[in-house]
Amino acid sequence: MKTTPIYGMMAEFDSATDLVAAARKTHEAGYKKIDAYSPFPVEELTEAIGFHKNGVPFVTLIGGLIGGISGYLMQYWMMAIDYPINVGGRPYNSWPAFIVVTFEMTILFGGIFAVLGMLALNGLPMPYHPVFNVPRFAMATKDRFFLIVFSTDPKYSPTGTRQFLESLGPRSISEVPS
Amino acid sequence: MAERMDDVEVANQRPPVIEPGYTFGTVTDKISSIVLNRPTSTGWFIGFGVCFLLTMMMLYAIGFLVLKGTGIWGINIPVGWGFAIVNFVWWIGIGHAGTLISAILLLLRQTWRNSINRFAEAMTLFAVAAAGIFPLIHTGRPWLAYWLFPYPNTMNYWPQFRSPLLWDVFAVSTYFTISLLFWFVGLIPDLATLRDRSENRWAQMIYGMLAMGWRGSARHWHRYETMYLLLAGLATPLVLSVHTVVSFDFAIAIVPGWHTTIFPPYFVAGAIYSGFAMVLMLAIPIRKLYGLEDFITERHLQNSAKVMLATGWIVAYGYGIEAFMGWYSGNRYDAFLLWNRLHGPYAFFYYLLLTCNIGTPQLLWIRRLRTSSVGLFLVSLVILVGMWLERFVIVVMSLHRDFLNSSWGMYYPTRWDWMTFIGTIGMFLAAMFLFVRILPMISIFEMRTLLPEAEVKAE
Repeated sequence: MKTTPIYGMMAEFDSATDLVAAARKTHEAGYKKIDAYSPFPVEELTEAIGFHKNGVPFVTLIGGLIGGISGYLMQYWMMAIDYPINVGGRPYNSWPAFIVVTFEMTILFGGIFAVLGMLALNGLPMPYHPVFNVPRFAMATKDRFFLIVFSTDPKYSPTGTRQFLESLGPRSISEVPS
Repeated sequence: MAERMDDVEVANQRPPVIEPGYTFGTVTDKISSIVLNRPTSTGWFIGFGVCFLLTMMMLYAIGFLVLKGTGIWGINIPVGWGFAIVNFVWWIGIGHAGTLISAILLLLRQTWRNSINRFAEAMTLFAVAAAGIFPLIHTGRPWLAYWLFPYPNTMNYWPQFRSPLLWDVFAVSTYFTISLLFWFVGLIPDLATLRDRSENRWAQMIYGMLAMGWRGSARHWHRYETMYLLLAGLATPLVLSVHTVVSFDFAIAIVPGWHTTIFPPYFVAGAIYSGFAMVLMLAIPIRKLYGLEDFITERHLQNSAKVMLATGWIVAYGYGIEAFMGWYSGNRYDAFLLWNRLHGPYAFFYYLLLTCNIGTPQLLWIRRLRTSSVGLFLVSLVILVGMWLERFVIVVMSLHRDFLNSSWGMYYPTRWDWMTFIGTIGMFLAAMFLFVRILPMISIFEMRTLLPEAEVKAE
């Protein structure tokens, strides 16, 4: 019989406070490849697992710049170069009239990049994920809090990690098959 | 002095945003069971059925319009805009409250918004969809509406980017797209909750696909929160720009009563005013029928009432300035417009507008009315009628007596105008009926953050 490879070891906690404390201890104990799951955003948790920077603001900035610059250039090219209409001798590049569309294009592209950037950086959509193999994980979207140590972590060992997680006082511990 | 102390104490005892005694589990169960477990009531079927029939009536009216042309409407020369533009501005304005609640109140850290933002955003989407119909069919040849967008074409021309009507195309389509994104990403964590709690295989699959595999990882939440704040930061100037651009459709023209610089702020305030009235008209029956009084508390009703009172005064200021400028500008056409509003053939609607929009909301100063569901519902209804009349006054009364007496006329809506307008109300409500039935109408994950147990205690 083939043994299923292990994705990681998962511990379940009752409250956000317990999870943050456990995540902090795990991170301090030298486990680097860890993640935590909560039913709502917990600011302290992100710091506890040692995750500080995210690329979403940068992606949004790029999107906004692309939208704004292309929005203006589009109007400039169409109104001043490709299809110039002389309205009472006013300049073809009548920039004040182009502000509105430039602005809307900035917002449109910034917003689309922010959402798609968040999804892409999070690796979503991903309908299947090993953590869903743990039946109790269904509670992660309701009222339970989970901590996982990935088996790719250099410090990971089936017995050592389990013992360590048990010392954090979790409600349950389960091995996550991948 | 003693009395004042009492007042302060009463003010401090504001109703809570969420009634005490709830946990993560009970909040989740209460909101998700409306979608997953609650049997669909007969009342829902009747309400949805009526609204669906009204939607069919709208489609019939539009079908006949496509067949015959805009001549079936009451529009004429000089009143070329009529109901189509009145309704467009009214619906777009209603949508604004949803974005205000979801984006601006988020940036201002008004956590009470968490229980009403979801359905207010849905309201925005459906209202903008209803609004979008009108300029489309008003073009007369809606099958050529794509000409409004700049796309390379064999006619070798481009749309005129110096026209506010084209700005409107960009503003409204951007607004719809961003509102849709905002609403959808806000739903993702809740869709994951429904996926995990549903027992029906089909529901699991559909909610699962829509949730895109959301699992609540701390890294995901971090990026998600950043994205949500950025989107709110982008949506805030956007929502202000949309009604500003709508007001440019009028203000850039030289028509008396339209050509004023007060239009942008006055339109935005009016939009929020009517939008909050619609939020209340939806929230009051919903909280009653679905037993959500613990989540949508009197606090929400009172706060919405106060927003209406404040924006109502901005709108009143707008009316005052319009009248003042009619006199002060010394422009005889502006002065005539004011006279025409007060004494012309449509004067009744102008006085009705003042009663609805300035008179009635003053009742909201009374605390007892602010805490009464029925009272608020009725005041909101009056305000919505008043805001519709405002757009009627702006569109029709400015146009119907042109600069020359030879181009004076009257505008009377036909039954096709009414069928289209009432039909869009039906479509809007039908969409709301479907929304409360198949999606969580209150943001579950944001409600969890309001609970005391959500706070991480220091070790």
